[in-house]
Amino acid sequence: MALLEVRELEKSFGGVAAIADLSFAVEEGGIYAVIGPNGAGKTTLFNMLSGVYVPTDGAIEFDGGSLVGLAPHRIAGQGISRTFQNLQIFFNMTVLENVMVGCHLRTRTGLYRAALRLPGVVREEHQVRDWALEALTLCGLEHIADRPADALPYGELKRVEIARALAANPRLLLMDEPAAGLNDTETVELRELIRRIGESGITVLLVEHNMGLVMEISDTVLVLDYGSRLAEGTTTEIQNDPKVIAAYLGGEVQYAVQ
Amino acid sequence: MKRLRGFFAFAVLVALMPVLFPDNYFVTVVGVTIGFNIVLAVALNLFIGYAGQISLGHAAFFGMGAYASAILTTRYGWNPWPAMGAGLVAVYIIATLISRPILKLKGHYLAMATLGFGIIVNIIMVQTVDWTGGPDGMSGIPGLEIFGWAVDTDLRWYAVISVVMLLTVLLSLNIIDSRAGRALRAVHGSDIAAQTMGIDTARTKSQIFVLSACLASFVGSLFAHQQNFISPVSFDFFVSIEIVTMVVLGGMASTFGAAFGAIVLTLLPQVLVVFEDYEVLIFGTILMSIMIFLPQGLFVGLINGGTSLLRRLRHRETPAQAGAEN
Repeated sequence: MALLEVRELEKSFGGVAAIADLSFAVEEGGIYAVIGPNGAGKTTLFNMLSGVYVPTDGAIEFDGGSLVGLAPHRIAGQGISRTFQNLQIFFNMTVLENVMVGCHLRTRTGLYRAALRLPGVVREEHQVRDWALEALTLCGLEHIADRPADALPYGELKRVEIARALAANPRLLLMDEPAAGLNDTETVELRELIRRIGESGITVLLVEHNMGLVMEISDTVLVLDYGSRLAEGTTTEIQNDPKVIAAYLGGEVQYAVQ
Repeated sequence: MKRLRGFFAFAVLVALMPVLFPDNYFVTVVGVTIGFNIVLAVALNLFIGYAGQISLGHAAFFGMGAYASAILTTRYGWNPWPAMGAGLVAVYIIATLISRPILKLKGHYLAMATLGFGIIVNIIMVQTVDWTGGPDGMSGIPGLEIFGWAVDTDLRWYAVISVVMLLTVLLSLNIIDSRAGRALRAVHGSDIAAQTMGIDTARTKSQIFVLSACLASFVGSLFAHQQNFISPVSFDFFVSIEIVTMVVLGGMASTFGAAFGAIVLTLLPQVLVVFEDYEVLIFGTILMSIMIFLPQGLFVGLINGGTSLLRRLRHRETPAQAGAEN
């Protein structure tokens, strides 16, 4: 059974369909990429998967259970973590604290236990610190753990978000355009990082514009166009698909040739 | 115990004040007022400074605690302690009930809603004359006794309020430095990211609002027993604004900042009395200047300024060493 299954998904904003009749399945393990031109509905799809938007129609199933209508924090509780296209960093905290927030679901201390600092709380703090440092090390950020997040350059902030999402120990990681705004060196580092994440057993669902990156690391690629599925397959199949080429080069070209 | 170094230094200072300045009006009488205000400011800071929300009606909870104690002890002859407990339970329930619908609002709308709540509660205090004595207030509220030890002098009240105040500061420091505290700050930093990290943001906001309200209710009860007299004026809109001002003045999202703001805002009018007619004018000018020149707050601003000055001085003495540090 697929880890994530989307069936006949639909989302309209004021009568305009951003996603229409979309079905696909993501198998456990590996890297699954969603590509498509601007406005194809990629971010809308992500927002539905993470509970930010409620679908107009259709089903989203994760590990056999429905995600439709669940609040974002409940979906996170199922083992789905995400990063954002436009950064959503906690700028009022240090890098380490940002990532420690990622461990929220792995720990239990509530407000009143924390206020009284009962014995278990200190032990949990140490554990959370270790988990967070582990995630930071994986993302190559351990040397700036104690820096305030608002003092970091863009490229590092993007990795802080990934570290924070990883600290939640997710089964499925949703990455919304992780390479956007990165330079070539940073993109290479990111590619290696995503590979390591995939190898560690976390299923990665990636939305990305950088074709080079997608073609190098993805196991399966889904192409969206106008909110619907244009093609799905391995990177080689996608690269040779005439419909995909037409969508990317522009429909007129294809008609002109015909 | 590096984490609590600042707290212990503060506790020692509070304990030494009456020893260093015995029988001093500013320590025992004004000191008690400062203690009340620190609790109110530190508790509200959790909600506005850390969680990034706003409440312009917090004096209402302070007043509910005070009136619960006053009414139950004078009209029904209750012992002050169960009366205080009843006030706490009532505030807990009311704060919980209003928190969910009110905290769905954000920014200006939340400010308006809490403002409205505070005003309604104050109107009830003024209008239900049979219970509260109306605008004339209630007198004859009994003092407090702790296991037979009567809190009947200014110095004893200073001791009691200081302990309550220090415990509140400790509680706030403990919360901030934990999973729950990070959740609060995450709500402030990015609500949507907090949710996708599994934080129930509605519950987080509601919980801290209720805790903050209960602390206000608790010191409200103490206030009633210490003053032996209360009237609606002590819990009106201007008091709510004053508590918010303490938090902002001292420095948002800093426990000691809120405490410092409470100290400054309580002492300043007392000191400025010498300027007589110009008192309010100078008070306003000082507040404006602080916000213009130290927008991050007095405490946070002074600390940051102090450390950067220190670094610059050290840099001049041993430039190589300071360079290595960075």
